[in-house]
Amino acid sequence: METARKRHGKAPTVAVAAVLVPLTLSACGGAAAGVRNTGPLVIQDYYDELRDPLYQACARRTGLDIQVNHIAGPGLIPKVLQQSSSRTLPDVLMLDNPDVQQIAESGALSPLSDYGMHGEGMTPGVVKAGTYAGELYGLAPSVNTLSIFYNKALFKAAGITKVPRTWDELRATAKRLTAPGRYGFAMSNINTYEGSWQFLPFMWGNGGTEEDITTPETVQALQFLVDLRNDGSMSKSSIIWSQDDVIDQFIAGKAAMVVNGPWQIPALRKQRDVDWGTFTIPTRLASQTTVAPLGGELFTVPRTGDRARMADAGRFVKCLVSPEQQLETAKVTQTVPTNPEVAERAAAEDPAIATFVTTVRTARSRTAMLGPDWPKAATKIYNGVQLALTGKAPPAQALRLAQGEGAAR
Amino acid sequence: MTSAPLSLSPAAARGRRNLLWARLLRRATPWLFTLPAMAFVAMFFGYPIVQNVVMSFQEYTTSTFYSGHAPWVGLGNYVTILSSYLFTTTLVNTALFTVGSITFQFAIGLALALFFKRNFPLSGFLRSLLLLPWLLPLIASSAVWKWLLDQESGALNQFLGLFGIPAVPWLVDPTLALAGVIGVNIWLGIPFNVAILYSGLQAVPKELYEAGALDGATGWTAFRHITWPNIRSVVSIVIVLGVVYTLKVVDIILGLTGGGPANSTQTLATNAYNKSFVEFDFGQGAAISNVLVVVSLVFALIYLFISRREPHE
Repeated sequence: METARKRHGKAPTVAVAAVLVPLTLSACGGAAAGVRNTGPLVIQDYYDELRDPLYQACARRTGLDIQVNHIAGPGLIPKVLQQSSSRTLPDVLMLDNPDVQQIAESGALSPLSDYGMHGEGMTPGVVKAGTYAGELYGLAPSVNTLSIFYNKALFKAAGITKVPRTWDELRATAKRLTAPGRYGFAMSNINTYEGSWQFLPFMWGNGGTEEDITTPETVQALQFLVDLRNDGSMSKSSIIWSQDDVIDQFIAGKAAMVVNGPWQIPALRKQRDVDWGTFTIPTRLASQTTVAPLGGELFTVPRTGDRARMADAGRFVKCLVSPEQQLETAKVTQTVPTNPEVAERAAAEDPAIATFVTTVRTARSRTAMLGPDWPKAATKIYNGVQLALTGKAPPAQALRLAQGEGAAR
Repeated sequence: MTSAPLSLSPAAARGRRNLLWARLLRRATPWLFTLPAMAFVAMFFGYPIVQNVVMSFQEYTTSTFYSGHAPWVGLGNYVTILSSYLFTTTLVNTALFTVGSITFQFAIGLALALFFKRNFPLSGFLRSLLLLPWLLPLIASSAVWKWLLDQESGALNQFLGLFGIPAVPWLVDPTLALAGVIGVNIWLGIPFNVAILYSGLQAVPKELYEAGALDGATGWTAFRHITWPNIRSVVSIVIVLGVVYTLKVVDIILGLTGGGPANSTQTLATNAYNKSFVEFDFGQGAAISNVLVVVSLVFALIYLFISRREPHE
């Protein structure tokens, strides 16, 4: 899923951690090294009990005794920072993919090549997300991305028979689907990383780049969103909506097409009001390919100092990302297996995720270009989008202003 | 004979030394009594502040937590934050937020305190109800307000709609968002103002009003010449404490707008929070919070000055 949602409200732990760093560093410096801990293998993630059977399956297969710690989403990174300064990192650590490079940069993770994993047979985007400075640090059994969910009944009522393929078609369709009390199109343009993540398919799909967000391609993408808003096809409130708010609008029938990810499928299947389908996010020209951001979490093996345990952890991760496990994981969590062949099989079994399987093939990881500097670019992107959508500046100027933030560095 | 002065002089010296010790101890006693307090302040206030200042001169990132390595960048963080286009915005927003909140909190708080001074049936009950905003967890009240202020389905706009007023984009419009956030903060701050001002009003001797009434001072004249001079010290304390509390407000803004839209409700405090705990650039976050500390310190000094001057009046 997406980083931003999990990111607020983490102040207290980090604040405490920040204050305690110098103390703990001196106190626990080399304590962990060399001491053979005999308890079960500790796995740390921000999922819930739904994942436990998947872990148990691998525990059985590898013959390892495991203990799973689920941390509430926003608390994971502060906890990891605290653990890395006190040298108490878990044996297997799950990280949201844009965070992997930052944590790898700090030196807290061990390369997966130590355990015989090189990412063979995986979607290239996933391997890129897990790679820092030429070394592979994390792999995932399954990933996600963004597509558009649409309300089939509303399409039918408006006499629309085919889904839009280009921006012009999307704009026209959104206009036709807009009615009093209902918007044709909705997405999250909130002022967090979540907003940047949702803007990326439009920016990347048109050839925009995070290295320089002032290029004409990105300006066009932002202009497109401004047009949708000016048409009245997209609510002005999109700048304060999270992705969950957007899907709520969709389920309530207040939005006919919404940008969202496959993790919403279980919730959509639970409700009976809206008959829905999915299609890939349109590009400006029919000749362009959709490039959506790659979402999802990677499993890593932190440097705990205990070679034998790290080897066990490596074996465990290898099992988690194996093709058999991928299919299981995809079924449980409605995500896309990272092995393209397994993904095809999953798509055949569940047509709802077929659209996402197609999109993942060309999806890019957010850290692929800038690595650990991605968060800075993400901040600029959502600032630019917000400046333009609030009408404070036209798209080109908004992006220039946003790019200037931090340029003095 | 020769031994006498020899044996005497050490005794005298010892006596003198004892005296010196006693005097030293007497002089040191008051300091020894303050030692626990000083240790407490140094540990829980001094150390974090010094650490924060040091951090603001370093490139302190996620890597620092594992490696313990934070490169010294001198004034680099300050240069970055001061030259950012956001700095002026946040400074202006902080000033508007603080002045707007304090003015209305105080005016409404004083009016309510004066109202509740005259005892009427149920006044005690109503006064305790007034404390309610204070008792709610901030994150809960901000969630409720976010829902109330929603443009399309919010209760406030539905109420205004009854009078034919079109839906107001409270938290969506960059110019209105700051007003919306200030409004919620005023609601939050009223209980504090009422509680303190009410107790200040209770302390004004009743005889003064009786004497004043004989001389024809009632209503506004009584307030102007009897009430106001008597509660002046309470007023100044309420305002200075209010300013310091308001400067550092983070939770209510994060809960309502997260500093948006387009940074229109971003203050020094929320920006420092974002830099440190969202972007994990602890160095820049520390630099911004040091600016905030300096601003707060000015008001803290004003507070000290006022509270020292008052008793002699």
